[in-house]
Amino acid sequence: MFAYLVKRAFQAIAVMFVISVVSFAIQDNLGDPLRELVGQSVSEEVREQLREELGLNDSFFTQYLRFAWKALHGDLGTSYFFKEPALTVIFKKLPATLELVFGATFIIIGLSVPLGVYTAIKPNGLFARVVMGLSIVGISVPVFLTAIAMIYLFSVELQWLPSFGRGEVVAVFGHWETNFLTVDGWKHILLPSIALASIMLPLFVRLIRAEMMETLQSEYVKYATAKGVRPMRIYFIHALKNTLLPVITVGGVQIGTMVAYTILTETVFQWPGMGFMFLEAVNRVDTPLIVAYLIVVGFIFVVTNTIVDLIYGLVNPTINIARMGA
Amino acid sequence: MALLSVKDLTVKFAMRDQSVTALNGISFDLAKGERIGIVGESGAGKSITGFSLMKLISKPGYIDGGQILFDGQDIAQMDEPALREIRGNQMAMIFQDPMVTLNPVLTIGEQMVETLRAHRKVSREEAEQIAIVKLREVYIPSPEERLRQYPHELSGGMRQRIIIAIALLLEPKLIIADEPTTALDVTIQADIMDLMLELCTTNKVSLILITHDLGVVNQMTERTLVMYAGRIIESGRTREIINDPQHPYTQGLINALPQQTVPGQPLKQIPGSMPSLNNIPMGCAFHPRCAYATARCKTEIPSTLRFGAVEVACHEVERLKAGEARANEVGLAKAKADGPATSAESANALADTTGS
Amino acid sequence: MSAQTSTTARRSSFWQSNFVYSFRKSPVAIVSMIVFALIALAALFAPWIAPVDPYDQALFDIMDSELPPVWQTYGDPRFLFGTDPQGRDMLSAILYGTRLSLLIGVCAVAVQAFLGISIGLIAGYIGGRLDSLLMRMADIQLSFSTLMVAIIFLAVSQAIFGSDTFNKYAIFMLIVVIGVAEWPQYARTVRACVLAEKKKEYVDSARVLGFGPLRIMVRHILPNALSPIFVISTVQVANAIISEASLSFLGLGMPPSQPSLGLLISSGFDYIFSGSWWITTIPGVVLVVLVLVINLLGDWMRDVLNPRLYKGDK
Repeated sequence: MFAYLVKRAFQAIAVMFVISVVSFAIQDNLGDPLRELVGQSVSEEVREQLREELGLNDSFFTQYLRFAWKALHGDLGTSYFFKEPALTVIFKKLPATLELVFGATFIIIGLSVPLGVYTAIKPNGLFARVVMGLSIVGISVPVFLTAIAMIYLFSVELQWLPSFGRGEVVAVFGHWETNFLTVDGWKHILLPSIALASIMLPLFVRLIRAEMMETLQSEYVKYATAKGVRPMRIYFIHALKNTLLPVITVGGVQIGTMVAYTILTETVFQWPGMGFMFLEAVNRVDTPLIVAYLIVVGFIFVVTNTIVDLIYGLVNPTINIARMGA
Repeated sequence: MALLSVKDLTVKFAMRDQSVTALNGISFDLAKGERIGIVGESGAGKSITGFSLMKLISKPGYIDGGQILFDGQDIAQMDEPALREIRGNQMAMIFQDPMVTLNPVLTIGEQMVETLRAHRKVSREEAEQIAIVKLREVYIPSPEERLRQYPHELSGGMRQRIIIAIALLLEPKLIIADEPTTALDVTIQADIMDLMLELCTTNKVSLILITHDLGVVNQMTERTLVMYAGRIIESGRTREIINDPQHPYTQGLINALPQQTVPGQPLKQIPGSMPSLNNIPMGCAFHPRCAYATARCKTEIPSTLRFGAVEVACHEVERLKAGEARANEVGLAKAKADGPATSAESANALADTTGS
Repeated sequence: MSAQTSTTARRSSFWQSNFVYSFRKSPVAIVSMIVFALIALAALFAPWIAPVDPYDQALFDIMDSELPPVWQTYGDPRFLFGTDPQGRDMLSAILYGTRLSLLIGVCAVAVQAFLGISIGLIAGYIGGRLDSLLMRMADIQLSFSTLMVAIIFLAVSQAIFGSDTFNKYAIFMLIVVIGVAEWPQYARTVRACVLAEKKKEYVDSARVLGFGPLRIMVRHILPNALSPIFVISTVQVANAIISEASLSFLGLGMPPSQPSLGLLISSGFDYIFSGSWWITTIPGVVLVVLVLVINLLGDWMRDVLNPRLYKGDK
């Protein structure tokens, strides 16, 4: 167990190292910190002196070490636009994005397991055919189009639900503002969550169905039938457990994809999360914020992937975590 | 009354354009406590027979006709809930490959307990106690620990013992074993067979043993059915079939046994191979591989007749017998075990008798 | 054993006929193929079909702006699908936009296939440490979604180079970034095929005959990987088109002067609230139909060829 954890941690650190180098290279090439600091109207001599003081004339390696040292201490620079530490800006936006991801994940898990299992058990039924037909349409519609279509239908035509923003939020423990405690908050998060879920849900339904159908063909399912075990037990104990193993691995990868799709969803719904903030930062060439976003998102990816690997190891009895990595 | 009485069982597989026949009018009886073997090359329909007895053939296969009377009830007509009552309870099955039969994510205990609780109202603890008793019966050391283990932690032989224990859990009347040792090491095969023989005789359980190994059939069973291309072509007491096979195919199978070969000589294999289901020859399906085939064999399907101690489906069986006798008389034929199938002399002798 | 050689020979011709047979038996596949062919032809011949050149701003008349499609009231017979706020003919813009989307999609997948197949062959054939390193990279690459990598790459390059330079090379950037980000899909499947084929006798005999690794890989192993490659490619083209549309929608793809379908949808988004639905809806429908028919063809092909695709299990 310990060896496995250490190995996983090493890998996570290696990936974070690559991300930090890339981020630093971006920071190094993007924009001129001097101009942001003092503007254009300073003589070349003063500029050169400032350069020296800021360490901008040091080697790439030295500068990177300084950058990494600061980053490890939570200092990723100050946003040019917000005039605040970049990390602080991001942490203010983080809850909005995470709540959106949470809402979408809830929809995806809640619907994909029953739909995937049902379409695998009764693949030729009318309902299963409709679900499978809709799923391939769902995969073919880009997230931003789903979002636009929903805004047009529910906000413009029917005027049932708001089309942008987070609406009324309530602060819970410190900075965390949540949508889930007010009716208005729920109304605002509903469409963005569905939009974000719209591309993953059909993927998961199809994945679970395919894995489940394969599992139902296996010898051990046939054997369970030969033992006289009830179909419900066969589906949910014998088959689903084996089905979910590959689904967990693929699902872990998809969490990363979901963060990317928050950028699209947040843009369409003007959702004040970090995806929307990132695009704005790009347009304003707000380098520290861009770099901070990269590092935070990279960190989220690495952490979720590591957790998913650990869960897979814990759920799958044929993988002995205790002995792995030895 | 027979425990199991199969009458004219026909199983088909629905293909794209037509359906192919996998079992063509199989009939046989099995008495209580009797052990029979089903032999034949792969593709003969042995396994399909085994699975249809439990109505466990998966799509696109289906039972097209016939009866499977088990304790007087027709399994072929039963619906799923009724079948569930019988499966694992009155009739248990041992699958071919123990490495893939047990569910990898469930413990041995869970897979044993669920079987008991599917058929009997017992608590989990009671079920575990019964499971432990049964694991002891199949000589599994420290059964309490095994219950908490997962299949991958156990060897193939151990897993097959567990599967035998699961088969015995509910004291079934019939066990169907589909090539139960093919996937195992040769050294373990004999152990498993001895164990099954012992358990079947002490518990008076009927056994249907599906195998391609005539040696195993000889050791384990009282009666034997020989299958070829979805039909039973010869059946009778195992001793008679092994010592005095009538059908040219059975003779071929026995001649192909390594024990029948002089060391250093090649194995006497039957020429050709089992036809595929969508391409079964007209007439007697064996005729393209048969040294004695006549024009009649190519057109007319032989019916099953009583011949001596066995029942056999072959047009030429009398002629074969006569030819053999004549050959013996003339002194041309060698040892019986050599058989006419490989002996050119007896084939000539046969030609002589028909010619004159 | 003796029958094995004849069945292999029979199987290849059977495969062919089975492929054609199931195509003719599947109405979904036929309709998808026809629709795809129509869209592809329209895209290919866009410069000849389109009423006007949508890239030539001099041809736009602001007086024609935001005209609805012909079948609506106030529709203008000159503009079948209406016009955008600049007075650009939507039909022409859509034809050219589809052309761009398909071009980028196909080229990006070509890049993916080239990279992925090469890496997969090398990893599978050489094996050992190189193999585990490459596959570890594939895992990591996949865990960072393509869209994420593309957004960051394009956003940063836009910021570094400025929009003028960026716009000039946007099409290449899109092809490269979508192409590079998705190589693991191919690499994993090809590697799995190589590992499966490498064990077989004919590869040994080819090696004994003295054929070099390159020849063995390309002539002997690769043909066996063709059906999974085929299936993956279809799905990947659909995904690449969606990725391109998403990037262009975010303003990180094609420039407004050369709109792809994604950018057309994005430019119409602001006008949805004022009722000018067609600027977003019609390109949106074209995009969805295009991606849908490709996905349907991919699905059908997967059912027929039933290849061993790489799955996420370990």
